[in-house]
Amino acid sequence: MSGGVDSSVAAALLAEQGHDVIGLSMQLYPSTGPGQAGGGDRAFGTCCTLDDLLDARRVAAAIGIPHYILNFERQFHDTVISNFVREYAAGRTPLPCAHCNSDLKFSTLLDRALGLGAEQVATGHYARVEQLRDRRWALKRGADADKDQSYFLFSLTQEQLARAVFPVGALTKPAVRAAARRIGLQVAEKPDSQEICFIPDGDYAAFVARQEPAVVRDGAIVDQQGRVLGRHGGVHRFTVGQRKGLGVSAGAPLYVLRIEPQSATVTVGPRPALEQTTLTASGVNWIAGDAPAAWLPVAAQIRHRHRAAPGRVRALEDGRAELVFDEPQPAITPGQAVVFYDADFVVGGGWIQ
Amino acid sequence: MQRIYFDHNATTPVHPVVVDAMAAALRDEFGNPSSVHYFGQRAKTAMDQARSAVATLIGGDPAEVVFTSGGTESDNHAIRGIAEALEPTGRRHLIATAIEHEAVLNTLKALARRGWTTSLLPVDQTGIVSPGALRDALTDQTALVSVMHANNEIGTVQPIAELARMAHERGALLHTDAVQTAGKLPVGVRALEVDLLSISAHKFYGPKGVGALWVRRGLRLLPILTGGKHERNRRAGTENVAGIVGMGAAAALAAAKMDEDAERLGALRDRLEAGILRAVPGTAVNGARTPRVPNTTNISFDRVEAESLLIALDLEGVAVSTGSACSSGTLEPSHVLKAMGFPPHRAQNSIRFSLGSANSEAEVDRVIALLPAIVEKLRSLTRAPVRV
Repeated sequence: MSGGVDSSVAAALLAEQGHDVIGLSMQLYPSTGPGQAGGGDRAFGTCCTLDDLLDARRVAAAIGIPHYILNFERQFHDTVISNFVREYAAGRTPLPCAHCNSDLKFSTLLDRALGLGAEQVATGHYARVEQLRDRRWALKRGADADKDQSYFLFSLTQEQLARAVFPVGALTKPAVRAAARRIGLQVAEKPDSQEICFIPDGDYAAFVARQEPAVVRDGAIVDQQGRVLGRHGGVHRFTVGQRKGLGVSAGAPLYVLRIEPQSATVTVGPRPALEQTTLTASGVNWIAGDAPAAWLPVAAQIRHRHRAAPGRVRALEDGRAELVFDEPQPAITPGQAVVFYDADFVVGGGWIQ
Repeated sequence: MQRIYFDHNATTPVHPVVVDAMAAALRDEFGNPSSVHYFGQRAKTAMDQARSAVATLIGGDPAEVVFTSGGTESDNHAIRGIAEALEPTGRRHLIATAIEHEAVLNTLKALARRGWTTSLLPVDQTGIVSPGALRDALTDQTALVSVMHANNEIGTVQPIAELARMAHERGALLHTDAVQTAGKLPVGVRALEVDLLSISAHKFYGPKGVGALWVRRGLRLLPILTGGKHERNRRAGTENVAGIVGMGAAAALAAAKMDEDAERLGALRDRLEAGILRAVPGTAVNGARTPRVPNTTNISFDRVEAESLLIALDLEGVAVSTGSACSSGTLEPSHVLKAMGFPPHRAQNSIRFSLGSANSEAEVDRVIALLPAIVEKLRSLTRAPVRV
């Protein structure tokens, strides 16, 4: 229970259905915000601040369930934040929410819940879990296409999916807010949380630099021919597809095409150069089945706000996969996830290399 | 669900006699004790009676008792009030132990930022401060030494009188935070030879929001709250009359039944402790078993997150505690167990059981019976750190 409307309604609906519900919230960083010199105010309004945890507690009291706040500051730092920093330092663009789901919520938190006698863990994700005829568990997009969060859940294993419950996955966001109003929850009109909860000011580069000062290393911004167009203050400031903040000018708008951390080189080029047709993914999770033996037609999504595009995928050795889109896609970004869909079903996913 | 409360070091239920005394005071003694008229005099009289009861509990004179808002204010008042009073003498060194309550530790930190030098005395795994450590830390600049009478987490009792004599030999004063002993053990300010002593009403079946600082007669202490001439110029602000009356009633009750309670609670605590050590493998008592307040035991459960154990027990209706809670109510590794030299995992797998007057053998036996299955379940789910 993050204190937001989705997990609050998830808990309330389960309690209404007569389940024996225990409310758990995770404290993920000091209540003044992680590494925030300015103190608590700047963290206000994001997920899992002290105010949010107290909102969760009020919701639990309103629906009559016990509620506990678990201190996961150390675990969050060791799994999610350290990965986030390492990825940026390596020139990739991390996806911390996916790591948080598979490495914290549905691992450490799940274990804690099982230890307390719980059978399953419910969250406020917009996604659906279904048991197939062959008893395997399938992950599906949430019913609200605009809010769907299955992309962030692709790395859940069968064991994790078997324990996962997503009570709002079958609802639209307006229906969730309506349910919150009907139940009388104070959080009914609370704004949606930001994408990266632990960087409330949105300044990822400054956050990474604070956590890992060694990444702050000057380098060159070059064009596709290797001509130096300018200098930059560290590869952690860039993401593939980025246009703003390059500090170089040319006739046409320039976009980040490639980031090479060893030489601290950032390659830029015009928009058409950003488009690619193929990608390789690692750490692929074929979520409800075995790795396909041959090319498999899928719709593939390469970031949270990307409309899945048709293509075909095949499994490679060492848990990797190769994907070929039917049409070139802009800004295929290393570090982000690629998730393969068959209609609403998640077939699998992995990390873009 | 039948609930069992084993967290009396956090707070105690208010005794019905105290509730009645407070209700009567709220109703009948609304006057301002500073007022000259009949109503003021009545309130003043009620407060004086309470002051006498508190003084009796700790073996001091009523005139030496300053009512405060609780243990934290008393500790702040003692340390800040003495530090500032002695500042012109050049004594700008303060000493405390590493296992003090945050009320003391963070007050020292605040003064350190303002130019005082501070020293923290180490403790070993007994949880008892060695006089030698104090001897080494004392200097001719030492103004005040603050050592808790008993530790809130593990219950160990410190050799206050010996430490006080040592401080006095170097011209320093000694303050003790007796919040965890008042009502549990005899707290005689003369026998302890201290200069200042803090107590809090809600730890001995009184109300929250009221405490006292005992200040040895003749000691110069600056107020930390400035204003009117309340409490002999030592603590400004219209007094919390009903709270003070409640504290007085609680002090009188504690003085009357302390010996009997201590004996009964000591036997219950020993039964609980022995029962847990026998029934649950991988358990150990943290700190010396004597001298210790009779109601407290702090037990380490190997390979268990104390946070989970606390929650699992609460879901079974058993209220216990551990470490110190932070603002959201989550657990921080215990600074006390860390200071005792235990490894971090032990500072995170330890639970405090603190008994009180309403607890029974049946409750102790129920908790002993519950624990093995809960602990076994938690241990079975401890997995290796997740892949990063």
